[in-house]
Amino acid sequence: MTMILGLYNYWIVIVLMMIGFYIIIAHGHLIKKIIGLNIFQTSVFIFYISVGKVEGATAPIWQEGILLYSNPLPHVLILTAIVVGIATTALGLALIVRIKEAYGSVDEDEIQSMDNQDVANQEKEHQQC
Amino acid sequence: MLVHLPILQVIVPLIAAPTCLILRKPKLVWLFTLLASSLAFVISILLLQQVMLTGTISYELGGWSPPWGIEYRIDKLNAFIALIISGVSTVVLLAAQTSIEKEIPQEKQTLFYILYLLSLTGMLGILTTGDAFNVFVFLEISSLSAYSLIALGKDRRALWASFQYLIMGTIGATFILIGIGLMYQMTGTLNMADLATRLPEVAETRTITTAYVFFIVGVCLKLALFPLHFWLPNAYTYAPSIVTAFFAATSTKVAAYLLIRFTFSIFGISFSFTTLPMETLFLILGISGIFIASTVAIYQDNIKHVFAYSSVAQVGYMIVGFSLTTHAGLTAMLLHMFNHALMKGALFLALAAVVYRVGSTRIADFQGLGRQMPLTMAAIVVGGLSLIGVPLTVGFVSKWYLVVAVIEKGWWWLAGLVLLGSLLAVIYVWRIVETAYFKAPIAGRQPVKEAPMAFLVPVWLLVSANVYFGIDTRLSVEIATAAAKSLFGVAQ
Amino acid sequence: MVGIALAVNQIKDMFAVVMLAGIYGLVSASFFVAMDAVDVAFTEASVGAGISTLLMLTTVAMTGRTEHEASHKPLLALLVVTVTGGLLIYGTFDMPYFGSADAPVHNHVAPRYIYDSMKEIGVPNMVTSVLASYRGFDTFGEVTVIFTAGIGVLALLSVVRRPKNDAAVEAINDSMHEKHLVLRVVIKTMIPFILLYAFYVQFHGDYGPGGGFQAGVIFAAAIIMYALLFGLSAARRVITQPVVQLLSALGVLIYGSVGFVSMLNGGSFLDYSVLSADPIAGQHLGILLIELGVGLTVASVMIIIFFSFSARSEYQQAKKGESL
Repeated sequence: MTMILGLYNYWIVIVLMMIGFYIIIAHGHLIKKIIGLNIFQTSVFIFYISVGKVEGATAPIWQEGILLYSNPLPHVLILTAIVVGIATTALGLALIVRIKEAYGSVDEDEIQSMDNQDVANQEKEHQQC
Repeated sequence: MLVHLPILQVIVPLIAAPTCLILRKPKLVWLFTLLASSLAFVISILLLQQVMLTGTISYELGGWSPPWGIEYRIDKLNAFIALIISGVSTVVLLAAQTSIEKEIPQEKQTLFYILYLLSLTGMLGILTTGDAFNVFVFLEISSLSAYSLIALGKDRRALWASFQYLIMGTIGATFILIGIGLMYQMTGTLNMADLATRLPEVAETRTITTAYVFFIVGVCLKLALFPLHFWLPNAYTYAPSIVTAFFAATSTKVAAYLLIRFTFSIFGISFSFTTLPMETLFLILGISGIFIASTVAIYQDNIKHVFAYSSVAQVGYMIVGFSLTTHAGLTAMLLHMFNHALMKGALFLALAAVVYRVGSTRIADFQGLGRQMPLTMAAIVVGGLSLIGVPLTVGFVSKWYLVVAVIEKGWWWLAGLVLLGSLLAVIYVWRIVETAYFKAPIAGRQPVKEAPMAFLVPVWLLVSANVYFGIDTRLSVEIATAAAKSLFGVAQ
Repeated sequence: MVGIALAVNQIKDMFAVVMLAGIYGLVSASFFVAMDAVDVAFTEASVGAGISTLLMLTTVAMTGRTEHEASHKPLLALLVVTVTGGLLIYGTFDMPYFGSADAPVHNHVAPRYIYDSMKEIGVPNMVTSVLASYRGFDTFGEVTVIFTAGIGVLALLSVVRRPKNDAAVEAINDSMHEKHLVLRVVIKTMIPFILLYAFYVQFHGDYGPGGGFQAGVIFAAAIIMYALLFGLSAARRVITQPVVQLLSALGVLIYGSVGFVSMLNGGSFLDYSVLSADPIAGQHLGILLIELGVGLTVASVMIIIFFSFSARSEYQQAKKGESL
């Protein structure tokens, strides 16, 4: 029983991670994939932060008289990871804008079929030569 | 200054990148980038010499000793790979300005060089650091710059390839992050040497097993190990040609480094290979990679696709060597990393020259090129021979060492498979040779001139290296063997 | 939060999805506060819920509001996700329990950060001392990541030739802004306060939650707000493209220079103790300078990214105008 109490936080985070992961691979709309990526990554952050929490402690800013602090190291790591996440998101979205311009669509299946169409057309062209 | 070499290895290209924004003209930026890359190359040579003489170097960043501060740790393994990466980077840069004249619009050329330097920084940073989270940060630097560089390709499929790579790469990086997080949770440290000492206590836990699996899966995605290789063929094919030349020779090597480092130095051989059936798994995946990728390569129309799939196959060879878990197997893998960088660097650079003159890399457009671009095609032929593993080339050396390592284990059937793989390579290389030399040039097309010196010099530098190191193998073998030995010495 | 995530999965209206994603970020931020991670909450709220949502909305505006029906049943995806999730849950069984004080993470490296950092660095915010000093090189890498993203977005989205219908586009934008009089007045009064707050966060990061990243984002937010209301060209007159690019490079270079000066003074890269006669003063100086570098680059890159997206949007509109 204590095990469930001690671990259920992690389980919920894992569920969140998996929903994010699922959104990435199951959806064809490119922006949704990026959002899924965001949810996936944010959930990993929540996991790291949960690892750093100490029961009954406060935020890691030194105050007179307080002795129990939560662990600052995961916070530092996640600050960096959040920045990395936004960097990836920004790049991904920029790519989507360009893809929309070039293909006229932001749906994975449509883009893939356009590419296959291109290849098929090139085949025909070269057979004619 | 010499004591600061480890950090300078990464800082030189890192600081060079934003400085490029201040210089404006592309030609000036190109020279500056070339300078920075050569400097990084010189530093890597010095570092390797130092390590071979005195052993592992440790550098404390910020003056804080590990595990509280971040440590840079140079040993024979990463010094060797840093040498490869910075060397290929510099040689490829020689042809860069000419190549991108036709492939990247004028106003974006400065940005191209900045991204190139950042990519180099990222890779060198992954190699030299001794801190697990630092690996993640620099992995993302190299990945983000890679996505951007690939997307600079002219064809719109470059954008799609880059996006797919972004999605897969970020999933991989997040898996690696999860792995690091789990390791941290169980040991309380991020320093790699510290992890190595603390992991054995908790090695039996399910958490660490999970950590290992996630980390390795993330790395294998970046490594393009079958079946996680899907991003590679399109990314290599549609990126600007000079980018492909750079990445084909470098990006998978860095991922392979991570695999070796974490398996041998951090998790330890006994954990990595006994707790889970990694040996068998890697062997199967490696062999599948070799055969499936080589076979697909045979049917491709675009030569860049052919060689991209060939790269996936080569990763398979490396993993086969890895899965043997013997000293000889690891030496073979390291040798192949060195040799593959030379082979693919030369091949893709020569292809870049073809693109410059012909504008396309479809096999059909290669007709008669043997006579019109003799030096360039000769380079491709030598590179192809190296891929197959013909004696006197570096390809032969790595295949030889691999077969010897396999036979040492008594697995004659595997040796046979390796040789069979070479046979497949013969087929796809022959297609190119046949079209270039034995078919008449396409009627009605303007005669194609030989590639300019800017291409020929670096291409033939790499090709000669292919032949030179295929004949005089002392340097590469000595370093690879020493590196493998040190890894086995450290691991339990 | 699980509910929000599931909703994101199901809903087909992209605008709603983006809004939900923003809410997800905001809820995560509050969760972080509950977990004592105040700096992280600050950053997640500004970056994850703020900038991220903004960029996604811009992209949705340029790409269309609805998602098409998936053509195949996502059984394979479900399988992969279940296996992965199952593996992770398997891994939790040997973990130290949530919140336990005797977990390895709290007893090895952390105690020095918590109890000695005041003595060694003299800064109450332990997260800042770890971020800026103990693990300062990681933060250098992080600044580089942001810089890389800025360059990448520039490489992808920047347009050189000014759209021919410059005047026309400007007129459209200006007329629209005329309508939002209340907003204009309110925003105009708020911007100086926001900028001031950004500076406060930048320099007070040693003592409370804050620091370079958060400050940079807030500063950029003020500029972006201005641009949203008054038009891209007006904002561009204040913050020109070459200047902001230079500033982004400058931030990274400042950070690197601090490292170099440390090396020249005999320490290793980014060792602040050698920057001044008194090591603690050196630490303060080093942290101040690198946080400045961070704030500079983050603010400039966020502005660059936003401007690039807006400029591309105008470029697309101009192209549509030409072809009509």
